[in-house]
Amino acid sequence: MATETAATTETFAEDGVRRRDWIHIAALGTAGVGAASVLFPLISQMSPSADVLAASSTEVDVSAIAAGQAIKASFRKQPLFIRRLTPDEIKQANEVDPSTLRDPQTLAERTKEGHEDLLVTMGVCTHLGCVPLGAAEGENRGDFGGYFCPCHGSHYDTAARIRKGPAPKNLHVPDYEFKSDAVIRVG
Amino acid sequence: MSFAWAKQYEPQSAFTKWLDEKLPLPRLVYNAVGAGYPVPRNLNYMWNFGVLAGFFLVVQIVTGVVLAMHYAANGLVAFATVEHIMRDVNYGWMLRYAHANGASFFFIVIYMHIFRGFFYSSYKAPREMIWLLGVVIFLLMMATAFMGYVLPWGQMSYWGAQVITGLFSAIPLVGEPLQVWLLGGFAPDNAALNRFFSLHFLLPFVIAGVVILHIWALHIPGSSNPTGVEVKQESDTVPFHPYYTAKDGFGLGVVLILFTTMIFFLPNALGHPDNYIEANPLSTPAHIVPEWYFWPFYAILRAFTGDLTIPFTGIILVQAKLLGVIAMFGSILIWFILPWLDKSPVRSGHYRPLFRKFFWFGLIPAMAVLFYCGGAPAEQPYVVISQIATAYYFLHFLVILPIISQIEVPKPLPFSITEAVLGKDTAPEAPRTGSVDGGDAGTATDGALQPAE
Repeated sequence: MATETAATTETFAEDGVRRRDWIHIAALGTAGVGAASVLFPLISQMSPSADVLAASSTEVDVSAIAAGQAIKASFRKQPLFIRRLTPDEIKQANEVDPSTLRDPQTLAERTKEGHEDLLVTMGVCTHLGCVPLGAAEGENRGDFGGYFCPCHGSHYDTAARIRKGPAPKNLHVPDYEFKSDAVIRVG
Repeated sequence: MSFAWAKQYEPQSAFTKWLDEKLPLPRLVYNAVGAGYPVPRNLNYMWNFGVLAGFFLVVQIVTGVVLAMHYAANGLVAFATVEHIMRDVNYGWMLRYAHANGASFFFIVIYMHIFRGFFYSSYKAPREMIWLLGVVIFLLMMATAFMGYVLPWGQMSYWGAQVITGLFSAIPLVGEPLQVWLLGGFAPDNAALNRFFSLHFLLPFVIAGVVILHIWALHIPGSSNPTGVEVKQESDTVPFHPYYTAKDGFGLGVVLILFTTMIFFLPNALGHPDNYIEANPLSTPAHIVPEWYFWPFYAILRAFTGDLTIPFTGIILVQAKLLGVIAMFGSILIWFILPWLDKSPVRSGHYRPLFRKFFWFGLIPAMAVLFYCGGAPAEQPYVVISQIATAYYFLHFLVILPIISQIEVPKPLPFSITEAVLGKDTAPEAPRTGSVDGGDAGTATDGALQPAE
């Protein structure tokens, strides 16, 4: 301030606002908007690219799955479990009071009407993303007869609902629809 | 930046005189790690590990850059190019084993360096900034090591990427979109592999930059020492070169013997056989464990098995998964406030009888237990043991350390470093108060002997 000349000091208005302040604010504001708009593509490029998103639906023929059997398919490069439940497994799932569950859902809410025996879930543990065991023949199906994640010990029941262990949610049921009685389209 | 009695750089030849005027780089080196940097005369071998960490950073950058000449970050060929390096590239096996074991050795020396900091309270004023920058370096190292481990695209690489990015999905609301954004897909794939390669190449240079800041911050107060008493006079110091270049050189020789023994005789001892199986998104290995240097933190992650609820209402405040993630990151972030948790004016553990008991019989066993449990399967009794050790870990820093620093009666400190070494100090001018040196945070206790800028 001490070095300011008379010429610059006289531009101060009574309230200490200089005319030059406006151009400082305008210049920095413009540069800030410019920087922010450059930042956007830099952040957005990290999101899934168009080809990854395009490969995000899968059709699966489920007619060959017998009761009590499960298959592993692939959806968005992640495992997809499709299980044909036995009457006994359906009974076990319906015997549980949903309000006692960590993530309360009934079996009917997790399947499609008219196809209550077909359970379609992601094969991705909701804890940290491991693939639970139980889809293949002879694998450990956990304490509740559904799926068991070996990484950190999450047990899922016959409706693939979380019953024990660290996972917070039931195995995710992706969006899908029946194209015919034999074929489902996931995604 | 040095003490008043530091030797001054004097260029000898016409060329070095010319260079000193235009770009005083030799002067910088002379003052940083040469005869121009006076260092306490009583440093023990625990003070070797800073230089050793710098050495392993260089090893990792050199071997990493050459490995990148032969590696391709594409999910279709990544695993095969690593095998190509191992089998076809001249000395590829040696370079890759040096890089993989170099990471382990980098963490070994860094853990020793941090351990030194804990015991001798190197984080205390006036050296808080050195400590804070050190924690930043450690966090960057962890990120770099994690992303490097993904690159061979084996089973542990793939599932490590899945589990570690899955940590972010625990964050409420933004977690799952954040995980998808980090991976560039719904599961680890090409997009993730490629960006991890890019960042794995970049971050070591960021680390090198923060290391420069770390050393810069060190040279303002100068090195600490095993007594924790600040330098008072010229007889307390010796020039860095040749005294500590020689001492660090000896330590480097010992570490190199161990390092080459690992490379040539036990190259895979610290790795996992599962990572020699190519990544398979449809099959999880039975036992996912991170590399050994992450075990203590992995144990803390897994120690949280129950949700935080309001008792008797069943309302979940924080889910177990998020609790574990918060605790795991918190266990390192807590180091950022360590300089303000430990208020004792005495630095060295040698003069702190109560602190020393809790250090050797509390913190160190707790960390050893966490280390062991992190590598063990997620079953009992390991879960309960890691819960107890995790509880102690946080109690130690947040409760025990602040209380100790209030109630402890420290042992008498030596008057000076010279007295600690020689048993007597014939310094004529200084009044022999024998008071605790370097007391309150941020205040200079003996301004006249602060290093001159």
